[in-house]
Amino acid sequence: MYEFKYHRPGTVRQAANLLVKNEDAKLIAGGHTLVPVMKQRLASPPHLVDLSHIEGLDTIEMKGRSLVIGATAKHAEVANSAVVGEAIPALAELAGLIGDPAVRHRGTIGGSLANNDPTADYPAAVLALGATIVTNKRRLKAEEYFQGLFSTALEADEIITKVMFPVPKKAAYVKFRNQASRYALVGVFVAKRPSDVRVAVTGAGSDGVFRVTAFEDALKKRFSHKVLDGIAVSADGLNSDLHGSAEYRAHLIGVLTRRAVEAANAKD
Amino acid sequence: MAKISMIVNGNPVNANVDPRTLLVQFLRENLRLTGTHVGCDTSQCGACVVHLDGRAVKSCTTLAVMADGHEVKTIEGLAADGAPLHPMQEAFREHHGLQCGFCTPGMIMTAVDLVHRKGHELSDEVIREELEGNLCRCTGYQNIVASIAAGAKAMAKSDLA
Repeated sequence: MYEFKYHRPGTVRQAANLLVKNEDAKLIAGGHTLVPVMKQRLASPPHLVDLSHIEGLDTIEMKGRSLVIGATAKHAEVANSAVVGEAIPALAELAGLIGDPAVRHRGTIGGSLANNDPTADYPAAVLALGATIVTNKRRLKAEEYFQGLFSTALEADEIITKVMFPVPKKAAYVKFRNQASRYALVGVFVAKRPSDVRVAVTGAGSDGVFRVTAFEDALKKRFSHKVLDGIAVSADGLNSDLHGSAEYRAHLIGVLTRRAVEAANAKD
Repeated sequence: MAKISMIVNGNPVNANVDPRTLLVQFLRENLRLTGTHVGCDTSQCGACVVHLDGRAVKSCTTLAVMADGHEVKTIEGLAADGAPLHPMQEAFREHHGLQCGFCTPGMIMTAVDLVHRKGHELSDEVIREELEGNLCRCTGYQNIVASIAAGAKAMAKSDLA
C-alpha cells in the first residue's frame, strides 16, 4: 500500500470540504473494497477521508412510507435490523448474503453503492425497489445513479448520506453464487411495487446492474412465475468469462427470476 | 504519522503509526501479539479475525487508524496466560479441530463471535454457513464444526465470554 494522509472529519460538510481541498482524495467507511485494492496498489489515493466517525450517518429508520438507511450502516446492521425486516425483509436477506460474517461487520451500504461493483448485491435492490440515493448535494434516482461498471453519477466531492427505499408490496432477492468467490454470478431482485413490477439483475451485465423489461411487463399483468414461460433473455450484453458464458448467465436470469417471484409470493 | 489509542485485550495501548498500517500489522509487529495470523492477506481466509468492539472482523482489511478509540480482542485475550483455556479453545483441543493450526486463531475468534450472535445451540448447518469467511486447508472442516458445536455449549456454563 502506498502512503496517504488520513483525515477524520466529524461531519459530512467537513468531509466534503476535505474532498474539495484534496485532489484525488477517496472516502472510506468500512474499507472492505478500498483497502484490498489499495493493498494491491490498484488504487493509491493520496488522501483518505474516513466517514466512519460521523455520528448519525448509519441511522436506519422509517420516514413516512420510505425505509431510510444511512450511508455508513453496515451490512450486518441492515441484515439484523427489525425496522428493515419489517418493512422490506428481502433487503435484510440480501444484506445477510453479502460476503461473510466478518465482512458484513465492516462493509457499508454507501460504500457498496459508491463502488458499484458489477457483482455487488445492493445495486440490484436499489434499482428494483426504485430507491433514491441522497447525497450532500442532491437526490438521485436509481436509474440515473448507476452508469456502468464501477461508475456512478456521483461527482468528485459528492458524498452519499442515505438511501431511501419506497416499501414494495412484495419483493425477493435470489443469488446464484460463484462457488469459489461467492460473489453473485447472477443475482435477481424482483419487486412488486404499487404501480409496477421491477426486475433488476446484478452479476450478469457487462455494463453493470440492469432491468429486464420483458419480464417486468409480463409480471405487471400477473405476478406469477408462470407468466415468464416462453420469454427468453438475450445473451447480448452479458458477461462471458471462465465462470460462465453469456448464454449460461441469460439462462440463470430466467431461472432466478422465477425463483424470486415464487419467493416473493411465498412471503404472504 | 497518526496517533492512535485503543484497548487491546483489556489493556490501553497508545501508538504513533503510519496511517497505512493494517490492524493486523499493528497487533503483530507493534504489540507482538502474533497469535493473529496473516493467511491470504486478501480478506478471504479469516486467519486474521479479531474482535473489534465485540464483532468479528478481518484485521488484514482494517486500518489500525480506523480502530482508534475502539476495543480490540485477539486470540491472546480469550484466556489469561497459564489459566485454563477458553471453552472454545478447549473444545478445539478436545475435538481435534486443528491440524497445522494456522487457521485456528481466526476460526476460534469467528466461533466465539458466532456464539455471541446466535447462542449456544448451533446446528451443523448454521456453523458451516457462518464459517464462510474462514478457510482451513487441513481438516476438511468436520472436526472444526464439531469443536464449535461443543465449544458453544461449553460457553454457556463458563464465566469466560
